[in-house]
Amino acid sequence: MAKTRVPAVEGLFTMDEGDPHLIAGRAPNGSYFFPKDLGGSDPYSPLGPVEEVLLSNRGRLWSYTDSRYTPPPPFIPRTEPFVPVVIAAVELATEKMVVLGQVVDGVTTADLKVGMEVEMVLGTLYEDDDHDYVVWKWKPVASNSGGD
Amino acid sequence: MGQVDEVAILGVGMHQWGKWGRNFVEYGVKASRDALDDAGVNWRDVQFVSGANTVRCGYPGYVSGSTFAKALGFTGGQVASSYAACASGTTALSIARAQILAGVCDVALVVGADTTPKGFLAPQAGDRHDDPDWLRFRLFGATNPVYFALHARRRMDLYGATKEDFAMVKVKNSRHAVHNPNARYNKEYGPADIDNSPVVSDPLRLLEICATSDGGAAIVVSSMEYARAHGHTDPVRVAGISLTTPTYPDVILDLPYMASDSAAVTPAPDLTFKESVAKRAYDEAGVGPGDLSLAEVYDLSSALELDWYEQIGLCKPGEAEQLLRSGATSIGGRIPVNASGGLGAFGEAVPAQAIAQVCELTWQLRGQAGARQVNGAKVGLSINQGLFGHGSCVIVTR
Repeated sequence: MAKTRVPAVEGLFTMDEGDPHLIAGRAPNGSYFFPKDLGGSDPYSPLGPVEEVLLSNRGRLWSYTDSRYTPPPPFIPRTEPFVPVVIAAVELATEKMVVLGQVVDGVTTADLKVGMEVEMVLGTLYEDDDHDYVVWKWKPVASNSGGD
Repeated sequence: MGQVDEVAILGVGMHQWGKWGRNFVEYGVKASRDALDDAGVNWRDVQFVSGANTVRCGYPGYVSGSTFAKALGFTGGQVASSYAACASGTTALSIARAQILAGVCDVALVVGADTTPKGFLAPQAGDRHDDPDWLRFRLFGATNPVYFALHARRRMDLYGATKEDFAMVKVKNSRHAVHNPNARYNKEYGPADIDNSPVVSDPLRLLEICATSDGGAAIVVSSMEYARAHGHTDPVRVAGISLTTPTYPDVILDLPYMASDSAAVTPAPDLTFKESVAKRAYDEAGVGPGDLSLAEVYDLSSALELDWYEQIGLCKPGEAEQLLRSGATSIGGRIPVNASGGLGAFGEAVPAQAIAQVCELTWQLRGQAGARQVNGAKVGLSINQGLFGHGSCVIVTR
């Protein structure tokens, strides 16, 4: 029986499997913030309500690396032994901001290059007997790998 | 002339960095007593203690000023305790300077010390979905070296930096550290040693990433009048301190955030965050990059040292590798960087580290740095960065 897919942390991204988006805030002057409630403020914006908006789910690699050793808690390793995770910082053209995320399974740093186009998908961060805890991951647009 | 009045550095002291596993208070007391001896100041005459806190050693670390004061012997003096991650030491120094310049006290002790666990620095326990530092570990496994590596990769892509360049930083600093009795590692490393160490976060290897260390450092500072009255005719002086925050939007993703600011509406400022940190200290001190005799920069990774060369104005963006390869940043070169050996040779004892940087500059400006002496040193800069956008820079002159 398939496990229930739930977000690893609520409120940061939509759970549309085919078209996920990060949930951000937008100040009255149009400046974006992610996460919505932790992203700071634009001091040049007039005060006013912060609108909830969805960020672009495509961008270009600003930089990338991996973590070869098991990160400490609160990271929850998905496998034992630990398989290195690849991490990318992605620049969103419209929002002119850089957002971090893991890269989908099966991609290594050797497959990546700064400037490469990537898209957001949902992937498993860790799991238990009943649930897949999912998070957004970046996937090279040209690549056939990933999707988990 | 600078924009802010100066204070005198009367004495400095350190406890050697290492993995000693003892109470952090012991390191702070040792460093304080050495600094007091160096200053020729009796502890009972110190009017103000400014402690740089640690979050790793329980409650005594959160109120470190009075913890250190009690260990040295309570005298009824004034006290402050401050935490700003890696910027804690500069924050503590800045509070002492403000007290002196305001005429609240004449002579103060600045002290920080830490005892660190093995391995990665990690967030505090708990389930905190509203804490960026917690979220980056839970959602990505983004340790500190992950961020260092993101910046290293940018240098490779933008400027053609190579892994050999990064290794050369470590080799250079290890050569300096051979002559530093306060460093944790006194071994000289060659390029092969670095190449043989395991990759932690591509492209950075274990020997290129700063360890976590135990250590303690202390400085005795006073008004210029007090210094003169107590026989310090030509003391090293604190000429500028910067505790600068970023200017919105900071578009360079950095620790511990999941996203940068957005430049969609408000354009990015002319200076990057770290450039603005250095500029403030230069402006206060009334000096520029061309006046520097040496610099102590926060080489959390080998590659980050190269970023600092550009951020403090030693060269233009993209020219740091050339400056390194020319030998200019080695002792004996035009502008030695990390003559102490840097974090690569010390490891990081968070609240003590910025204080230790100023200790090194002080010894250098007095001509007391032994075999690692930078000849004729007159102006020194130290710079680092606390988590969450907390700049930290000190300029000392003599």
